[in-house]
Formats: sequence, structure tokens, C-alpha cells
Amino acid sequence: MKVTSSTTTAKPRLTTSAMIASIAAEGQPTRAAPFGHALIELARRRPEVVGMTADLGKYTDLHVFAKEFPDRYYQMGMAEQLLFGGASGLAAEGFMPFVTTYAVFASRRAYDFIHQTIAEEDRNVKIACALPGLTSGYGPSHQAAEDLALFRAMPNMTIIDPCDALEIEQVVPAMAEHHGPVYMRLLRGQVPLVLDEYDYKFELGKAKQLRGGDDVLIISSGLLTMRALEAAKKLEADRIGASVLHVPTIKPLDVETIVAACRRPGRAVVVAENHTIIGGLGEAVAAVLMRERVHPAFHTIGLPDEFLAAGALPTLHDRYGISTDAIVGSVKSWL
Amino acid sequence: MTVQGHNVSLHERARRIRCHALRMGEVQGQGYIAQALDIADVLAVAYFHAMRYRPEDPDWEERDRFLLSNGHYAIALYAALIEAGIVPEAELETYGFDDSRLPMSGMASYTPGMEMSGGSLGLGLAIAVGRCLGLKRKGSDSFVYTLFSDGELDEGSKWEAMMSAAHYKLDNLIAVVDVNNQQADGPSGQMMGFEPLVDKVRAFGWFVQRVDGNDLNAVVAAFDAASAHQEAVPRMIIADTVMGKGVPFLEARERNHFMRVDANEWKLALAALQDGSQL
Repeated sequence: MKVTSSTTTAKPRLTTSAMIASIAAEGQPTRAAPFGHALIELARRRPEVVGMTADLGKYTDLHVFAKEFPDRYYQMGMAEQLLFGGASGLAAEGFMPFVTTYAVFASRRAYDFIHQTIAEEDRNVKIACALPGLTSGYGPSHQAAEDLALFRAMPNMTIIDPCDALEIEQVVPAMAEHHGPVYMRLLRGQVPLVLDEYDYKFELGKAKQLRGGDDVLIISSGLLTMRALEAAKKLEADRIGASVLHVPTIKPLDVETIVAACRRPGRAVVVAENHTIIGGLGEAVAAVLMRERVHPAFHTIGLPDEFLAAGALPTLHDRYGISTDAIVGSVKSWL
Repeated sequence: MTVQGHNVSLHERARRIRCHALRMGEVQGQGYIAQALDIADVLAVAYFHAMRYRPEDPDWEERDRFLLSNGHYAIALYAALIEAGIVPEAELETYGFDDSRLPMSGMASYTPGMEMSGGSLGLGLAIAVGRCLGLKRKGSDSFVYTLFSDGELDEGSKWEAMMSAAHYKLDNLIAVVDVNNQQADGPSGQMMGFEPLVDKVRAFGWFVQRVDGNDLNAVVAAFDAASAHQEAVPRMIIADTVMGKGVPFLEARERNHFMRVDANEWKLALAALQDGSQL
């Protein structure tokens, strides 16, 4: 059969992807492998730093570290229980393992090993996990929608959800300064650069207000801070003043800053996160506000409590309400 | 010291480890007593023949590490740590009570000389791999010993760790498997067949020996051969043991994974050990 070419100008078909760049805004500047390069910088100063992975070095930006420090790199094969048990052992001997895999494998498959051999023993292990939340179109096997809920429940665990390349570069040395286990949600590959416009400096445990606005306060972490900033600009065009409070440290939570920002009379509060609405930042903030007797109009934006579809990331972000336009629409219809 | 003279001493060490464990069992009225009795000979050889450590300084950097993977054997390790002078004998009375440093399941943050938190099974060999890698990075010649049970072979993590230990040529790793053929639900081999164990472990690239774990001479020889072995490979000692070893009426008991022992039986058990004729 002869195939005739189409004469309509169809939109290009979006392909399935697990690359952050595919959900960056058009024209957004990016930096390549900020985690890997920051780790190299750290390792030059700290000889106890070693890198470990379970067959995902190339996919967690650890390969650049491996190339620079081949004798400080441990390939543990596709074995996440061994990966985290081994990291505990290296930490017990005085080393500081930076361990990478995908967030689904750390949170779901190796949870007991992280709980018992790392968190309970308070080992100095830094866990950096790619594909947090909905940053893969590969379906539930690769979508770590519940990693924050799981790790928030684990005593001793510090949790960081950085927004962009600049923040990742600052988070890596901060992880090393903190003694004890840290879980970081890793954005890998070509990572957008956002916070350089906001005179931003990461501090462990601190929430930072990035922009002011009188009508609504958007509290967000990770990738959703990038989206919140974009949404705030669009809302401004509609004469809705949106303030953005970035909360990169999910645990321990900066209760003081969050409560102070939410106390402001007449301003509604929206928490936006790249995570299921169960057990993440939204519920953490809600609980804090209830305890502190602060009761603003309150709304959460996050992933639904269901197994998410496979497909193209921009489509999925629209469908599940965490694209910029979806956030703008959600805020406007709710206010 | 002659081998014979050494073994007489080890015989007494093993007997006293059993007695310490029984006395701890008595204060709770129950416990993993059968395992403590079966593994006492291996622990006596580890702590009084093979391992390098300083009782007054349990974190001494040059020590050999002992990782107890099967945390429910804590009562056995506490008994060895008491006998080694790392834990004071008086603390035996606190075993399993609130605020004790000797909880029912072994935890690193509680007990001097306890190198890892076990309890959840299948953790120890993976941690041991990391310890061995770390010691090699430091240029240390210390060994990492780890004890786990035949039941733990059901856990996939054990096989992940076995592969990696051979891959990284961890000749500073000596793993001991207690084969007492007893798990929570019944005989280990019936829960999940693990034989032929020697062939499997050898095929994974390990130097492996299988011995009667209640024969002190055989255990000493196995530990010596493990540490002296010249190939750059990890080492395993498979120790076949008898649950309740040394106390005939406990050896004969069928429900022996977690033992409830009647109040009057503790003294009978201790008496059997004092007599020593059964060992």
C-alpha cells in the first residue's frame, strides 16, 4: 500500500522520556550533570568521599565522578540491598559514601536496608536518587510518587528536594557538612537553571521566600518551585499576587518560617509538590499549621493517589495537574 | 602454647559462654537459648583464638570486626562479649529488661562490641562487604568476621553480597554460616532447600570449608585455614551445629527455635553444663 504524506501541520508527537530537560520551559538555560560535577569538587577537598551505585552510574550523573576518581567508585551491580548495606559498612569504616540509584529502588526495594543499616545505625551515608516524583514517563515502575512519604517516616533521615542545577551544586557540600544519613531527590542530566535570578543560597533546614505577593502563598519544593515561580508570573498578569516560599529541606521542616508566612491574614496557602498528595510536603505543612493553630484557606497540588500512566512527561504533568498551566488554572479556580 | 593446651582453654571458654547465655535466658524465662548453645564453640574460637581485639577499647581501630547478622543470636554474642571482658558480667542480670544495654535483638547503638543492628535478616553480609572494602581502602590488615544462619540463605541479599565479595576479591572476609537446620516455621531445608551449600558457595568463587561446628579442634582448624588461605578470595566456614548443644534435654526438644524453659529446668541445664560430660 502506498503511504501518502499528510498535508496538515500536526504538532510533533511527544515521546516517552525520563529527561528533566523535556519538562523544562522553552528557552530555559540548563547545566549538565550538576550533581556529578559538584561531587567532584567536594571529593577533591574530602578524601573520605566515595561514590557507589547499582548499575545506574550513567543515569545518575555519577559517571563523571567515576571518570575523575575511578579508584573511589564502587559499582555494586544491580543489587540495591547490597548497595545500601555496603554503603553502611564503608561509612562504619570512616568513609562518606554518596550512593545513587533511582528513587523507586531506594524507597521501595531497599527500604529495610536503609532503615536498619543506615538510619538506625546513624551512618554517614548520602543517598542521591534520580527520577523523583513524576519525572519519568515509564510508568509506576519508575515513578517515585511516594518516596517522600516513606523517607519522612524514617527517623534520623534528612530529606532534601532541590529545585534546580544551582541548588544541587550547593546541596552537595551541605550534605557533607551534615553528619548522618541524607536523602536527596536528584535531578539529573541537563538540569534547568532557575534560582540564579533570585539571589538564592541553600541552607540546610531553611525555607526561603523567593518572591512576594498578597493574594496567595505557594509553598513548594523541588521541581515544583520552578513551576510555582512560572505560575506566579502568569498569575501576576491576571492581577493575582502570588508569593513563593521554597522549602528544599522536607525534613527537618522549617516550621518557624512556614508558620510565619502562613499567619499573614487574608492570604490563601497552596502547597505544590512533585509527589503524591499523601504523606509529602502538603500534609507535613498542614499538620504543622494545625498544631500551631494557624488556619488559612488551604489547598494542595500534587499527584493523585493512583498508579500514574506511562507516556510523555509534558502530557503527564498536564494530566496530573503539576504543569505550570495546570497550577495557574487550579489556583484561579480555587481562589 | 600447644594446640591441646589451647583447646582445653577453649573448651572452658565455650562452656562458660553457654553458662552466661543460660543465666540470661533464666532472667527472661525464655529466649534463643538453643542457638546460643549451638554456636558457643564457634564464638569461643572467634573470641579466644582467632580475633584481634582489646576488651577495654571495643572500637580499637586495629581490631577484627565481628558482624552478627542474625540479631536474635544476640544472647550468644552477649555471652561471648561478657566472657571476653567487653561487657561486665553483672549486666547479665539486665538482659532484655527496660533500659538494658543487652536488648533481645542485637543493636549496634546499645552494646559495646556489637558492630551492627541485626534482627531483620540478611543484612550482615552486605554490610561486611562494605566494611571489607573500607578496610582495604585504609590499608588495614584487619579481618571482618560475620555470622549468619542457614535460614538467612533464603534472603536474596546474601547471594548479592556473596557475588560482590568474590568480585572485589575480599580476602579479608570470613563468613561463618550456622547450619542448625532450624527456622521459625520448621527445619531450614524444608522451608527452602539450600543444599548443596558447599558447591554453591564454591561456585560463587569462595574458599569454603564445612566442619562440625561443635568440634572445637575442627573449628580451630577451619578458622586457621580461613585466615591463612593464600588466594585473594573471600572465605566461608559452614558450621554444622546441634540446637541446644551441651544440655541433653534441650537438644531433644522439638520446638526449639524460640524456647520457653520451665523455671526449674534452668538449674538442671546449668548443672548439665557444670558436669560437662555431655560436651
